[in-house]
Amino acid sequence: MSAKTMPNTVKKRAELALNDDFLRKAVKFTTERLRNGKKNASAEHGNWDEWRERGRQIRLHTIAHLDYYLNMFVDNARANGVHVHFADTGADAVRIALEIAKNKQAKTVVKSKSMVSEELHLNHALEGIGVEAIETDLGEYIIQLAGETPSHIVIPAIHKNRYQIADLLSEVAGEKLEADTTVLAGFVRKKLRENFLEADIGMTGCNFAIAETGSMVLFENEGNARMVTTLPKTQITLMGMERIIPSFQDLEVMATLLPRSATGQKLTMYMSGITGPRREADADGPDEMHIIIVDNGRSLQLGDPEFQELLNCIRCGACLNACPVYRHIGGHAYGGTYSGPIGAVLTPALNKNVAEWDDIANASSLCGACYEACPVKIPLHEMLIYLRRRKVEKGHGNKLEGAGMKGFAVLMGNAKRFRAALKMGQIGQKLVVRDGGIRAKIGPLKGWNSYRVLPSLPKSTFRQRFATLDQEIRQGLQEMSPEIRGRMEAALKKREREGGGGHHG
Amino acid sequence: MKVSLFITCLSDAFYPRVGEAMVRLLARYGVRLDFPTVQTCCGQPAFNSGYWEEARDSARTILEAFEDSDFVISPSGSCTGMIHHYPKLFENDPAMLEKAKKLQAKSYEFTQFLVNVLGVTDVGASFPHKVTYHPSCHGSRLLGVKDEPMELMKRVKGLEFVPLPFAEDCCGFGGTFAVKMADISGAMVSEKVDHVKETEAEVLVGLDMACLMNIAGNLRFRGEPVRVMHLAELLAEGAKLA
Repeated sequence: MSAKTMPNTVKKRAELALNDDFLRKAVKFTTERLRNGKKNASAEHGNWDEWRERGRQIRLHTIAHLDYYLNMFVDNARANGVHVHFADTGADAVRIALEIAKNKQAKTVVKSKSMVSEELHLNHALEGIGVEAIETDLGEYIIQLAGETPSHIVIPAIHKNRYQIADLLSEVAGEKLEADTTVLAGFVRKKLRENFLEADIGMTGCNFAIAETGSMVLFENEGNARMVTTLPKTQITLMGMERIIPSFQDLEVMATLLPRSATGQKLTMYMSGITGPRREADADGPDEMHIIIVDNGRSLQLGDPEFQELLNCIRCGACLNACPVYRHIGGHAYGGTYSGPIGAVLTPALNKNVAEWDDIANASSLCGACYEACPVKIPLHEMLIYLRRRKVEKGHGNKLEGAGMKGFAVLMGNAKRFRAALKMGQIGQKLVVRDGGIRAKIGPLKGWNSYRVLPSLPKSTFRQRFATLDQEIRQGLQEMSPEIRGRMEAALKKREREGGGGHHG
Repeated sequence: MKVSLFITCLSDAFYPRVGEAMVRLLARYGVRLDFPTVQTCCGQPAFNSGYWEEARDSARTILEAFEDSDFVISPSGSCTGMIHHYPKLFENDPAMLEKAKKLQAKSYEFTQFLVNVLGVTDVGASFPHKVTYHPSCHGSRLLGVKDEPMELMKRVKGLEFVPLPFAEDCCGFGGTFAVKMADISGAMVSEKVDHVKETEAEVLVGLDMACLMNIAGNLRFRGEPVRVMHLAELLAEGAKLA
């Protein structure tokens, strides 16, 4: 669905998705395949948690010294003959890209997959000055034809099945194409060949930028990025300012983590390292190369202890594939360029103005599957809570919920009041309880009881029962065995020795 | 040694039978559970929704209740997990922060205490039924409670264990999430129950009554006769303590 026609709350957008059986089936099918692939690949590789920790440490270190490594990268890239540009905002980045296109009198731009370009809505801007932008990643090509935005960081057209894709491509072909993946991919391949040869500019994203050499590295499966970076005379690379890693040695760790986490592959079909424009001895490559380093809200996270780790993200999409919410509502329901758990955090975090945040951070049960899947261990489930808190603190919380929480604090701040409330509940529920359950879809129970039956409160609470129970226990209490006593004492000693914070696992 | 029960507001109100099972089970090993009545709720609903001031009001009752306990045992990985957030919640209050760290260090989910501290894996129970298990997210992911329930179930005589497909997927409860995002939550719990049905189990067991209330609620909504129990209940019943 195109961004313009989308409702403005997660709830409403999710409702659209929940009623779209094609979408749910397609998303479920592919995310399941991807997350199983990741599970197998990481298990096969072994010591996965150690590798995750290594990846995390590299990212933590780089982001902590981002100014240093960015400088190093830029110096080296310039020494390689690259034109490096800095863009504070999305608008700046667009302006720079358009200027280059105008200077080159470009008619067409072929693009390999870039989430930053989606963030900037660059295709639209290029169109505005009469430049045709052609997506060459198969998934991106499909959603471009459909006039949509990507619904997954790695698999942009994850929400479409092959029949829907066959219909879209048949329109381009002017004939009915069979809904067979080989036929469809074959058609696009042939079609895009012409575009690669004609294009004036090749535009790419950037998976990693290597500070020590000034190189940019791309991971891909279709070979389109290689075409984009070798055929057109001019190359523009869009790069989030946090894409840096110090060295090629660090790339080894990232190359271990990224493809396995993204698609369950040991390595993507192509991994290209590009260090500057074509040299004399090179057979191909662009004559002119630009790298636009984009901030667009990223530097807001620097120095923020709750969100700086957000910049560690390597955009593998594993959190989307693991997320039980994403699985049911797909990516468009998140309402931003980035979807899934990372999108739910990144979209608000990149926007300084809390008043403009929608309710996206609420679309999570905080189950932590994202954190568990993340190859660099970003605690997204905690960041979601911090976002909610910041919204409340700035006075943009839901008024009804705020009042409810005040009531909660009054009730739970004191056991006497809690006990009184329980008694009231035991009496009051008689009006609605039938057969030991409450089915009425009233007030705050409406949502709950649309899918469930609420149990009724039993005759007595635990605190009402405890005195009698304890008396009974005291009479028949077994003697504690010396082994058990010993273990309990050992646990206490261990705690004294090691201090708090343990998980007792 | 003082071993105290942190019953959780939900089990206190809706599932006193779970607390009772814990008390009876632990008494077999000479552990008499103490129950400080000043405890209310861990504060998680407010904390997770972003209302930390309100969460602190509730959390203070828990910190006060267990101040002089040596071990604090709870039938919920999620509420125990909330205690692990207390140091963050009170990070700007040095006196409370100290208490929060102490409480975190002595808080245990029920099976963690039984298996890892007491060293008990065989409670001598017999339960001749087909059983499946839902590992709740906070207990398994955030506290790392994965093997403990398996060790306990493995030794229950007659228990036929059937793995739950997609067991690690969230049941869709998520506290206020189930109310605020009711339709997403509904889709999640419906899928969870589809998987429970696939196992053809007679009993669904777990370690967190909030998740189990959610799943049981959908089972009942759909008229499915699967019995839902906390593992403590299953063990107590199997050991003829109930």
